[in-house]
Amino acid sequence: MTMQSSLPAPAVLAASSEPGIAPLPGRFTRFQRYLRRHPAVSIGGFLLVLMALIGLFAPLLWTVDPTAIATSRRTRVPSELYWFGTDMLGRDIYSRVVYGARVSLVVGFSVAILSSVIGLAIGLFAGFVRWADGIVMRIIDGMMSIPPILLAIALMALTRGSVQNVIIAITIAEIPRVARLVRGVVLSLREQPYVEAAIANGARTPRIIFRHILPNTFAPMSVQATYICASAMIIEAILSFIGAGIPPATPSWGNIMAEGRALWQVKPHIILFPAIFLSITVLAVNLLGDGLRDSLDPRLAKAL
Amino acid sequence: MLSFIIRRIFTTIPVMAFVALFVFSLLYIAPGDPAAVIAGDQASPADVEKIRASLGLDRPYLVRFAEWSFRVLQGDLGTSIFTALPVTQLIAQRIEPTLSLMVVTLIFAVTIAVPMGVIAAWKAGTWIDRGAMAFAVFGFSVPVFVVGYLLAYVFALQLDWLPVQGYTPLSQGLWPWLRNLILPSVTLGLVYIALIARITRATMLEVLQQDYVRTAQAKGVGQREVLFLHALKNAAVPIVTIIGIGIALLIGGAVVTESVFAIPGLGRLTVDAILRRDYPVIQGVVLMFSLVYVLVNLLIDLTYTIVDPRIRY
Repeated sequence: MTMQSSLPAPAVLAASSEPGIAPLPGRFTRFQRYLRRHPAVSIGGFLLVLMALIGLFAPLLWTVDPTAIATSRRTRVPSELYWFGTDMLGRDIYSRVVYGARVSLVVGFSVAILSSVIGLAIGLFAGFVRWADGIVMRIIDGMMSIPPILLAIALMALTRGSVQNVIIAITIAEIPRVARLVRGVVLSLREQPYVEAAIANGARTPRIIFRHILPNTFAPMSVQATYICASAMIIEAILSFIGAGIPPATPSWGNIMAEGRALWQVKPHIILFPAIFLSITVLAVNLLGDGLRDSLDPRLAKAL
Repeated sequence: MLSFIIRRIFTTIPVMAFVALFVFSLLYIAPGDPAAVIAGDQASPADVEKIRASLGLDRPYLVRFAEWSFRVLQGDLGTSIFTALPVTQLIAQRIEPTLSLMVVTLIFAVTIAVPMGVIAAWKAGTWIDRGAMAFAVFGFSVPVFVVGYLLAYVFALQLDWLPVQGYTPLSQGLWPWLRNLILPSVTLGLVYIALIARITRATMLEVLQQDYVRTAQAKGVGQREVLFLHALKNAAVPIVTIIGIGIALLIGGAVVTESVFAIPGLGRLTVDAILRRDYPVIQGVVLMFSLVYVLVNLLIDLTYTIVDPRIRY
């Protein structure tokens, strides 16, 4: 018995390979068909790619230096010259918002990747090492009793504000969620007949983990990672907004809004534009996550 | 039953112990030198050493932890670096606005979210369902301060229906108190509504496919009765669970909402403490909120037997 044949086929492929005589369509056609079936994935993905391109090509998008201070042109309203107006220090908000995409995306993706990798390791450890499971799970329960934003705030109070420290703080706050998810998946997979068969065949633990367990954690984990990415972007903005995040000069959406806080009643545009960009980006990530969840787990798709 | 309650109460003790250990260890986990960060850039080396000593970072970790937990158990959360007042006193002064905000939000959100999820499940696939779920996605995506400023701008500044900012204590009358809390509660409640509505819908969809629901419909029980008595009752456990877990969202959101609406609660205390790097205050607030979270979820676990009589321990 080969090991691969006992693995359930990923739902995505199963959906497009109908039992027929026609040869499987090419990779690209399948991808197109997948996108058409799951509009949430395509809309979310499109918006996210758009934001990434905006961040990547920020210097080319008719921006000026986002940190250039000019007291002679403070708090201008949006005009042909200053598309989104200027802030209290006369900085061009359009340029700051465009550059701000970089911070948000870097924080979102870094936290999603880091917490997934670390959480995966912890989850696998807890799921496989029986004696450690109880201790690890108690620690995770404890960590999960601290609201993530407060945990990140407490960590940021102890470190200097920088993009790197914000990423570390949010990652620590998000790890328990991944670890718990992975542990749950591992515990249920361990009972599956094909894993028991592999154990009976004398497969060693590393082989079982890498061959049989790990591939099956990717679907739930990728969904979880998108939600963590969205949550990280919001937490970053909140941290910067309350003055516990990235240094104020760095253009991040939370920082721009923090600067607009004092003047929001008279100059709402300072908060408006970064708010729109942040909301659209988080919405894109959430749509992507919902779409992935529905497509990777057809049983859940019917329910949710 | 009684033994279950006692056992369940005892299980929260190790969880709280790990919360305390973790909150305490943050000083050691944080990258860099916390004493130098708290002292600020202008501090002299002597000041940094003073702070280090006051945080106990100059003594062994375990000794410090033992001393600290002993004092916490006696209700002493330390002294604020900035105001030199006991942290417990600072927290006690600020607890009313935050508690008011959270209770009003909780009631408001549950009243909206549960019927919303039930109707969405009943009308699954129609535009009502899609509308409710689109609202949920937006609720998850629009950050709480964005909602706050938007509502304040429209309903307070433009329409002048409600106060822009501030808080009136409950002792000055129910309506003045509530008036100030309407906008903050809607702001804070949005993401919570999204969360509860989603879970309610998902659970109801499952329950509505059960045989007893079909039986009830077949024998001519009214639609409303089937939905809210037969189905919702059986969907109650996951819904009540998510209401408890979602408290974490409320706590995190309260910090931001209080900043937007200038409410002098625990959130403001936290934000002010952050700006002054007043770590003992932050530590105290985090510990207290975590305790609230654990206790609320304990209460919810205990209500399962009431919500669902099939559950016997």
